[in-house]
Parts: sequence; structure tokens; C-alpha cells
Amino acid sequence: MRQDANSSVKVAWLSALLATLMFASPARADAPLNYLTSHSDRADAVLHLTWGVMGISVVVMAAIGVLLTVSIWRRPGLAEPQPGMRLAVGPREGGLSWLWIGVGVSGLALLATVVWTVDVLAGLAEPAEGAPFTIEVTGHQWWWHVRYLSDDPSRIFTTANEIHIPTGVPVRFKLASGDVIHSFWVPALSGKTDLIPGQTNELWLEARDAGTYRGQCAEYCGIEHARMGLIVVAQSPAAFRTWWDHQLQSPAPPPDASAMQSFDMRCGSCHAVRGTAASGVLGPDLSHLMQRKTIAAGLLANTERNRLHWIDDPQAIKPGSLMPAPELTPHELAVIDGYLETLR
Amino acid sequence: MSDAAIRPHAELPVGAIGSRASGWWAMIFTIFTEGSLFAYLLFSYYYIAAQPHLPGTFPQGGVPSLALALPNTIVLLISSGFVAWAQTGVERNDKKRLALGLLIGCLLGIVFLIVQYFEWAGKSFPLASSPYSSLYFVVTGFHMAHVVVGVLVLAALWFWSRRGYFNNVRFAHVHIGAIYWHFVDAVWIAVFFTFYITPLLGLGA
Amino acid sequence: MSSITDYERMPDVAEAERRGLAQEMQRLWETGPGVRGWLSTVDHKEIGLRYIVTAFAFLIAGGVEALIFRLQLAGPNEHLLTPEQYDQLFTVHGMTMIFLYAGPVLSGFSNYLWPLLLGARDMALPRLNALSYWIYLCAGVFLYAAFAIGFGPNDGWFNYVPLAARAFNGGPNIDFYALGMILLGISTTVGAINFIVTFLRMRAPGMTINRVPILIWGTLTASAANVFAIPAVSLAFFLLWMDRNLGTHFFDTAAGGQALLWQHLFWMFGHPWVYAIVLPAMGMVSDGLPVFCRRPLVGAPAVALATVATMVLGFGVWVHHMFATGLPTISLSFFSAASIIIALPSAVGVFAWLATIWTGRPVFTTAFLFFASFILLFTIGGVSGFMTGSLPVDWQLTDTYFVVAHIHYVLIGINVFPVAGAIYFWFPKFTGRMLDERLGRWNFWLMFAGFNIGFFPMHIAGLLGMPRRIYTYADGMGWDWVNLTITAGSFVFAFGVLLLIANVVRSVKAGRFAGANPWDAPTLEWATSSPPPPYNFVVIPTVGGAHPLWEDRLGTEGETSHTRAGLVLDHGREAIGTTPVDAEPNVILKMPGDSLSPLCLALAATALFVGLLLLAWWLVALSLLGIGASILVWLWPRARLGETAGGAHV
Ligand code: HEA
Ligand code: HEA
Ligand code: HEC
Ligand code: CUA
Ligand SMILES: [Cu+2]
Repeated sequence: MRQDANSSVKVAWLSALLATLMFASPARADAPLNYLTSHSDRADAVLHLTWGVMGISVVVMAAIGVLLTVSIWRRPGLAEPQPGMRLAVGPREGGLSWLWIGVGVSGLALLATVVWTVDVLAGLAEPAEGAPFTIEVTGHQWWWHVRYLSDDPSRIFTTANEIHIPTGVPVRFKLASGDVIHSFWVPALSGKTDLIPGQTNELWLEARDAGTYRGQCAEYCGIEHARMGLIVVAQSPAAFRTWWDHQLQSPAPPPDASAMQSFDMRCGSCHAVRGTAASGVLGPDLSHLMQRKTIAAGLLANTERNRLHWIDDPQAIKPGSLMPAPELTPHELAVIDGYLETLR
Repeated sequence: MSDAAIRPHAELPVGAIGSRASGWWAMIFTIFTEGSLFAYLLFSYYYIAAQPHLPGTFPQGGVPSLALALPNTIVLLISSGFVAWAQTGVERNDKKRLALGLLIGCLLGIVFLIVQYFEWAGKSFPLASSPYSSLYFVVTGFHMAHVVVGVLVLAALWFWSRRGYFNNVRFAHVHIGAIYWHFVDAVWIAVFFTFYITPLLGLGA
Repeated sequence: MSSITDYERMPDVAEAERRGLAQEMQRLWETGPGVRGWLSTVDHKEIGLRYIVTAFAFLIAGGVEALIFRLQLAGPNEHLLTPEQYDQLFTVHGMTMIFLYAGPVLSGFSNYLWPLLLGARDMALPRLNALSYWIYLCAGVFLYAAFAIGFGPNDGWFNYVPLAARAFNGGPNIDFYALGMILLGISTTVGAINFIVTFLRMRAPGMTINRVPILIWGTLTASAANVFAIPAVSLAFFLLWMDRNLGTHFFDTAAGGQALLWQHLFWMFGHPWVYAIVLPAMGMVSDGLPVFCRRPLVGAPAVALATVATMVLGFGVWVHHMFATGLPTISLSFFSAASIIIALPSAVGVFAWLATIWTGRPVFTTAFLFFASFILLFTIGGVSGFMTGSLPVDWQLTDTYFVVAHIHYVLIGINVFPVAGAIYFWFPKFTGRMLDERLGRWNFWLMFAGFNIGFFPMHIAGLLGMPRRIYTYADGMGWDWVNLTITAGSFVFAFGVLLLIANVVRSVKAGRFAGANPWDAPTLEWATSSPPPPYNFVVIPTVGGAHPLWEDRLGTEGETSHTRAGLVLDHGREAIGTTPVDAEPNVILKMPGDSLSPLCLALAATALFVGLLLLAWWLVALSLLGIGASILVWLWPRARLGETAGGAHV
């Protein structure tokens, strides 16, 4: 029976080691949604707190693990109880000091965590210097409707699934939902905020570094919840301004006007293209589609092959998606994609 | 071994004896759970009431009238009184008073139901017209269902009393049924206060 | 005029060995023969075992569901399941494990053990006990019927609106779920009431409130919580059913209803419930572990208090499931602080168990291994809860696999592991035979290793940003190897569970004979034979301390327990009722015999819910009549039960 005690200790140590290794690995792994990296001051404070509580947790786990193995091992174990055998303790049982010390130390750690938490929260309050502008994001099954607001009505425009922000400024997001509950999440920049029908939530996002950050819907919202991704592109304020200006323009009319008509007829009831008859709102705005890096809410790279595949049979790619297969002839398909390619 | 350590100090009553009956305790905790149910119902009301509303939609059709509700509340209170009267009756072995009290309590319960029917019929809106209408009919409906159960309980107790099942020792059933009825009564006060009085105090306006 | 003395009696005192007494008791308490006996029994031991077996069937079902969807997640872009199949599988998995396994399995143990631990003949309300089992079974079948016909619930176990509303979920899936949950809630509620009344009234003479085993505290606390919490979820589901079928607008945001009302009602229930499905399991450890440490539990009163404190605090933290819903930060901070502080009572338990092993002398049985490893697993699960308890941290962690890791460490770590230990510990009492210890070692180590290999990496998957409830993921997300490890570990763990089942099946017939007290344990259930006779104890034990069978070695608190001699109650099925705090005898209770009313009532209630499902009002009306009739028959005052006037039945 000593054997068993020995092996249990070994296994416990091994698993502790394994645990440490595992905790160390995510920092190295290349995972776009990983939230142990941060690219904004607001997210930094949260990240420090995350490492802090994780540190406390690992220490607690290790301490309890060690105490447990030692306590099991420190006295020779018995194989089997015999009726009427001696007990380990007499009428004065002892052991109570463990409670005082253990609960006392835990209490201190817990209290410290509460204070730290509240402190971080205070730092996350609405930024002092207000937002230069507001972006309104509306969640739909399974894509994101995005609207840039401005005091100047001529500068308001709509896009989808890809959000651009300038670096170094906090931007205000207004989050709403067109159907069920979704959750807006860009791990490298911020935690989650739900989009709930019937109410508007607010979120502040700031990126320190230029770059492309992946986001994802985090609240289960139906069968394509898994594939409700989004992209946030942070760019220098100058590049951002250029981008915005470009978005305001209507795309140049295509050389082949009949292609546009085909699109309007087959797709225009759901999709909008600025300055054309296509003005549907059931699907993403496609005005400057070719500027977007992905299609189908972050699922596919925006390449010709992927687009053709998607338009031909969205249900094969994203089963359950609310875009039905339009049932186009190969010719129509090519014509319509040719039109899409003009939406720059 | 000494018998003294084991034997009770006195003779023990046998069987279902008032609040020593297991059923009595079960009823107390049933009331706790039912009470929580109504607490959650009223929570739902206050939760929705606290949100912004278009004028005149909460309470829908304006502040509800007390014309039927207030007298009906009094009917229910009196009915509770008669049931209590029946309870003290059986404790004194007065079987006539027991049966009479239960019968009057039961009939008043039925009166409450009838008046409540007219109260419902007088509403200008159906169940499915708005959150308010949903709340109104569902909460009062839940209470009505409890009154129906209570009336059936009182009827059964009355029938059993008439058959001479109970006396001044064996009345656990009466006790248990009666506290349920008092509970149904108490819940009505909370429902009444929520739907008829708080709008007068300005809630939801 | 009748006087109370006509209804009073001084019970006899006798030695348990008195000739003919045991036979007389057997005759009074035995369940009738045949199918009718099987359907009408109210014996808490029989009901307890049925609960455990049924719950294990659901564990296997839920486990197999998980294994199937783990295959889908083993690598990126797998095509084993369609999204709809995946959604039903994970929802039914959560529903099964939380509602049909974790809660009921503990009800099973408590049902079996309570009267034995308390020195009682049965639960306070034996017919209610049967009712709660039958309704549980019917609700389980009802919920699984949906899955069987392809309409299993598909909106996650907490079933958020408006995704659960008719507009977004047109099939009958959610109607099944809503109605099944209300039905199940009835079972849980009547079971809870029964435990509370049993605690207050059925403790053996002398078992004052400070001499009560910790398992009793665990189940009592859970039951008290259920009494207050279950109505919230039943109501939420009922309102949802009305929204879906009668056009009401509670959750319909388009018409001014509130989506968050659902979340509040659900989690006001949900958080207390997660404690309700672990506190009894912790109680089993608190009672079982010390037996193998050869000493009483360190700080038992503190552990009992901590149990209650956990639950009281547990009613004030529900909003930590709604941290991302955009509620005002001020109120969220309050719930965050409460969620962190709630670890304090848990610390009491953890250090009490540790100290018990440290100052004791461990006996390395399989049960001990399960109980001891639970301490580590609870700590791991607890600290991940502590992390999500910190509001800004949870904004990142929520809805990722980190939370999935948390729930499995707490649920498997503090429910499945203690339950497995409890099976090794109490199986000899249940069957009179021992489980195989060699197989037990394999069983334990496979479960322990498989569990940690399978579920520890979920923390990593979470930190790497893997959202929960996704039916597949792209490659290049960095989640491939973690998921493969998780799936592999899950299968090892499942194999461990399979060994447990194999051990039980084998040992029922072939295990070594156990004798009354094979572990030399101190509590009353070990004072009677294994398996116990239908009447539990020939004479009613009298309790003088918290460890009646160790008194000779521990010394007594001035009073001695008596198990060999005690009150004889043999005028029919009788039990002793005692006062709630001091456990002084104050009534001789007449206990009901076998009855078919509970089964009839359960069937009528199920018919009612079928009627509501089909919107078949004639069936609803008919079942209401059936329910009324069953209750009337059940409650009809009976002379035999000492419910009607006349002194003959003393
Ligand atoms: C089954 C039982 C169970 C138990 C016991 C717990 C225990 C705890 N849980 Fe957990 N929880 C669940 C079941 C459980 N939970 C489930 C099922 C969900 C998910 C629901 C879903 O979304 O599907 C959930 C989700 C959940 C969330 C929401 C996460 C999210 O969705 O974002 C949070 C947030 O605060 C939380 C917190 C806690 C805390 C603080 C504890 C504490 O009670 C833990 C306390 C214990 C310890 C901390 C360990 C012992 C203590 C010491 C050794 C002392 C020293 C410790 C320190 C100094 C830290 N839980
Ligand atoms: C007690 C509770 C409990 C238990 C025991 C388990 C057990 C398991 N759970 Fe789960 N789980 C939950 C409660 C539980 N779970 C909950 C509440 C959720 C949330 C649901 C939601 O989001 O709505 C969840 C969600 C959940 C997810 C996340 C799904 C998602 O978000 O997409 C995953 C993913 O890996 C998972 C995996 C597993 C695995 C691999 C097991 C394994 O332990 C299973 C092991 C297998 C067995 C126990 C079966 C053994 C039997 C056999 C091998 C067959 C023998 C056959 C015969 C004898 C005939 N569970
Ligand atoms: C019934 C409505 C409907 C019609 C008709 C429709 N779409 Fe869509 N479309 C959608 C929806 C909804 C989405 C979002 C799908 C998702 O990501 O889940 C979408 C997405 C897209 C996208 C990807 C956009 C992005 O930014 O992710 C493209 C491109 C597209 N549709 C092109 C077309 C073309 C071309 C046609 C006509 C041939 C068409 N759609 C017809 C509803 C429709
Ligand atoms: Cu949208 Cu998940
Ligand atoms: Cu919780």
C-alpha cells in the first residue's frame, strides 16, 4: 500500500508540472483570439489584473496540491480498516489551527483581489476626453451591421463586418441588436459587451498599435454563432480619415450597366450599394465590398474564388445562413461577380 | 443500559396531531415555495414597470379601478376570518361551528371568484395585447388558480367535517387546509397592493 | 368529549435482540410482492436506489452526447455533425448533466442515507418521496422524448430569450424544454420539502442539532435553497411557454417585454442551484473522508456553518452570469465583490478536509482516493470561478472555454468524484457486498488522469480565445492541439466511468461480503445490517454524540448513544417524531403503507404537461381531474394513519 501513496505523489507532481507548462504555452502560441495579449491601455490594466488573479490561483492550486500530497504521504498509510481499530486521535481532536490560518490567509488574498478589481474598474470609466465620433454596431444573425455616426449628416455611412478605427483615440461604440442577443468581442482590444434587443449598450475601444484584430460574436445566437466573426482595422488617424472619405463616395458605375441591373434584381432586395437602386437591409451593405478583407462575417478571405463559391451556394459554406442560394446560371454568376469587383 | 436515558419523559401522542403532524410542516414549506413564486411574479411586474413606457400603456387603460377589487379584497379577508373561526371551533370540539365556518369560507371564496370574473371581463384589453396585460392576467390568474384550489380544499374539509372525521384532537387536516387558505388571502393583499395601489402612488406612470 | 389522553401512549423499551421483534417489524414494513409492490413501494432505500440508477443512466446518456460532439471538435472544420445536431447535443448534454444527473443523483444518496444517518424508520413523507421519484422519471422521459424525435432543446441549457422565442425558434424544441423543466421542478420541490421536514421531525431522540452529520447539512441547505429558488426558473419557463403559445409579451422586446428579465429569473435560480448540486456531495466527503483518516472531521461545526453560509451568499451573486449585459458598473461591482468573497466559506471546507488528512492516519481505499482528490479538483474549479468573479477579467473570460473548464472542474470535481467515492463507500451498505478494490484503483486513476488531461486544457483553449458553443472552428486559430488533447482525455475519462459501472455490475453478485460496518465508520447507518432491513432499525437508536459508533474510543460528551436497545414501535408502521432543535420525542407518527397514489398523481401530472405541449385542452382538463382525484384519495383522512377522530388506533 505504500506503493500507492508513492505513485499518487508522483502523478500529482507530474500533473502540477504539466499544468505550469500549459499555462506558459499560450503566450507563445499563435492564436488570433488569444486574450493574453493586449494592444490598448484600457486592455492593459485588465490584462495585468488577469495575470494577477491567475497568479493567485496558481499559487493556491500549488499550495493545496502540495499540502494534500504531503498530508497523504507523511504517515504510513493503512491498507484496510479493522473493526474496532485505534483512531488517529483521542478525545481532544486538534487540527483547528488549520482553519484559522488557512481562512485568514485566503481572506487577505480575496480582499486584495476585491480592491484591485474595483481599482481597475475605476480606471475603465468613461474616458475624460470624450470620443471624436461614435460607431453604431447592430448584431444580426450572423453578421454585423456597422454605421459611422457624425454630427454632419453627409458624413454618415454604413458598412458591415469590418470596422476601421484610428489609433490612439478612444472610440465610442453603441451596440444594439436586430434580432437575438449577440456579444461584441475583440480580445486584443477589449472584453465582451452584449448586444441586446430592446436596449443599447455602450463600449469604449482604443487601439494603441496599428494592425488588424480579429473579433467574434461571443454569445450563442443560433446555428451560425460559430461563424459570426468580425475584423477591426486600426490605422493611423490620417489613413483612417482617407478611408472614411472614401467610404462616403458611391462606387464608380460599372462599365457594363446590365451587370448592375442583374445585381439589383437578384440581390438588391437584401443588399445595398450606395448610389444605386440596390437598397436592401436584410444583408450586409456591399458598397465598398472590394475594400473588405473577408466575406461572410470574417469566415472567408475576400478572393474571387471564395466570392463565387459563396454567391453560388452560401448554404454549403455557412449552413443556415440567412442568405439563400440565389440559383444563378454560371454566366449570371460571373456577371454579378464582375459587378462586385467594381465595388472598390 | 438504563431505560431512563431512552424513555421519553411523558406519554407521547399518537398519529396526526395539530402542528406535530408531518403534513403541517410540509404545508409550511409549500407556502414558502409558493410565496417565492408570487415574489418572483411581482418582481417581474416591478422589473417591467420600472422600464420606460409610452404614456397610457402602463398600466394599460389607466389606473385600475377599485370599484370591484376593494370589496372583493374584503370578501376574501372575511372568508379567512370564518375559516379561523372554524379552526377555533374544532379545537373546542364544536363540530357544527367547524362545518359552518368552512362552508361560509368556501362560499365566500366562490364569491371572490365570481367577482374576479367580472373584474376580468371589464378589462378593455385581452391577455396578449401588451406586457402590462400579460402581467395583469397572468399574476391575477395565478392567484385565481390558488383560490380555486383553496375552495376545493375547503369543500373537501367541509365534507369530511360533516362525516365527523375531526374532533378536538384529530384536526390536523383542518389546520393544514386553513393555513393554505390564509396564505392565499395574504398573497392577494400583495397582488392587490401591486396592481391597484402602486399605480395610485405613481409607479409606471 | 374526547381528551388527548385517549390518543397517547408510552412506547416500550426493549433490546433489539428480543425474540420475534425483528420478524414482527419485517411483517409490518415489508413492501408487498410483485409488480404492484414494485410500483407502490414507499421505502426510501428502494426509492434512493432508483434515483441513483436513473441518474446514472442519464450520466451515460449525457456523457455519450459529449463524446460525440468532442469528436466533432477534435480537429478544425470537422463534418461529423451538422450545426443543428451540434446545438441540440450540447444543449441536451448540459440539461441532462445539470438537471437529470447532478441533482437527482444526490437526491438518491440522500434519500437512501438520510433516515439511516438520522436513526429513523423512513423519510417524514414517504409517499411524497415516491411521488418525487416518479415525476423525475416522467420529466426525464418527457425531455428526452423531444430529443428522440429530433426536436431536442437547442438554445443552451440556460435558454436565453429571444433566441428561445417563437420568432427565432419555431419548432416544438423549446416547448418541450419549458414544460419538462416545470414538471421536473415539481419533483425537486416536493423532494426538497420532504428533506426539510425529515430533518426537523425525524432525527432520532438525542440527535440535537450539533450532532447531525454534515451530509445532512448539505442536503438540508440545498433543499432550503431549492424551496426558494425553483419557483424562479419554473416561472421563467412558464412565462416563456405563454409567450410562445398564448401570445403574451413578457420577453418580447419588440412589444416592450424585457430580454434581461429572463436572465434575472434564470440566474436567481441558477446560481443557488449550482451550489445545491454540490453541497450534498461535499457533505458526503465530509462524512466519508474522516472515516478513512481514522478521526472525526476537523472543525465540523465550522464546516456545517460554511455550508449554510455558502448558500446564503449564493443567493446574492447571480448577476455574475450577466457581467457582459451592460448593467451599470456600480451594481456589477457589488456582485463581483460578492462572487470573490464567496470563496471564504469554501476555504473553511478545504482547510478542514486537509487538516483531517494531515492529523489523521489515511487508509488508502478507492473511496479515500476519490474523496482526497476531490479537494484538489474543487480548488482548481473554485479558483477559476474566483477569476471569473473579478468583473473586468470576466469580460474576457466569459463565454469562452475557460468557463467550460470552470464548470467541469466544479461539476465533475465536486459532484462526479465525490459520487464515485460515495459509491465505493456506501455500496457495501446498499448491497451487503464490497466493490473490487483492484479494479477500483484502475477506475480511480483512469478517471483522475483522463479528467485532468481532458479538462485542464480547456483553460488553455479559453485563454487562447476559443468561444464556447461553436460547432466548429477554422484552422489557424491555435486551438488544434488543445482540442485534440481534450477529446483524447475525455475518452480516457469515459473509460474510467465505464470501469466504475463494470465494477458495480460485477460486485453486486460477486463482491466480498461486507458485514454491518466494513469501514469501522462512526455514524448510525453502520449500526444496522447491510443491506438494511425495510424498517432500518429494530429499535429506535438514542443518540448521545456526533459519532455514536466511535464513542468507546473517542470518549463521550457526557451522554451515551444506544443502538442495541431503544424504543419499540410496533403498533403498525410507526416512527418517532422529535422536536426540531433538541430532538426530544414529542409524537409517535403513523407512517403510510405502500400506495399507488404517487404513481397515479405523477402520471396525471405528466399527462397535463403533454396536454399543454399539444395544446390539447381536453387532455388538460382530463388530467386536472385525474390530479384532483389522486390527491383526494391520497389525503383522505384515515383512521389507520391516526388522522380521524376515535381513539382505537393508539
Ligand atoms: C457546480 C457547482 C459550481 C460551483 C461550486 C461554482 C463555484 C463558483 N463559481 Fe461557478 N459556475 C458554475 C458552477 C459552479 N460554480 C456553472 C455551471 C457555471 C456556468 C453556467 C453556464 O454559463 O453554463 C458557472 C459560472 C460561473 C461564473 C460566470 C462565468 C461566465 O459565464 O462568465 C462565475 C463568475 O463569477 C462563477 C463564479 C464562481 C465562484 C466565485 C465560485 C466559488 O464558489 C468558488 C469558491 C471556491 C474556491 C475559490 C476554492 C477553495 C478556496 C480556497 C482554497 C481558498 C483560497 C482561494 C483563493 C485565495 C482564491 N461561476
Ligand atoms: C455534471 C455535469 C457535467 C458533466 C459530468 C459533463 C461531462 C462532460 N462534458 Fe460537459 N457540460 C456541462 C456539464 C457537464 N459535462 C454543462 C452544464 C455544459 C454547458 C452546456 C451549455 O453550454 O449549454 C457543458 C458543456 C460542455 C462542453 C462545451 C460545449 C460547447 O460549449 O460547445 C464540452 C466540450 O468539450 C463538454 C464536454 C464534456 C465531456 C467530454 C464530458 C465527459 O465527462 C463525459 C464522459 C463520458 C461519460 C461520463 C459517459 C461514460 C459512459 C460510457 C463510456 C458508456 C458506457 C455505456 C454503457 C455502460 C452502456 N461539456
Ligand atoms: C434574402 C436575402 C439575400 C439575398 C437575396 C442575397 N443575399 Fe447576400 N447576404 C445576405 C445575408 C443575410 C448575408 C450575411 C450572411 C452571413 O454572413 O451570415 C449576405 C452576405 C453576402 C455577402 C458577404 C458580405 C460580407 O461582407 O460578409 C456577399 C458578397 C453577398 N451576400 C452577395 C450577394 C449576391 C451577389 C446576391 C445575389 C446574387 C445576394 N447576396 C443575395 C442576404 C441575401
Ligand atoms: Cu451572434 Cu453569436
Ligand atoms: Cu454562478
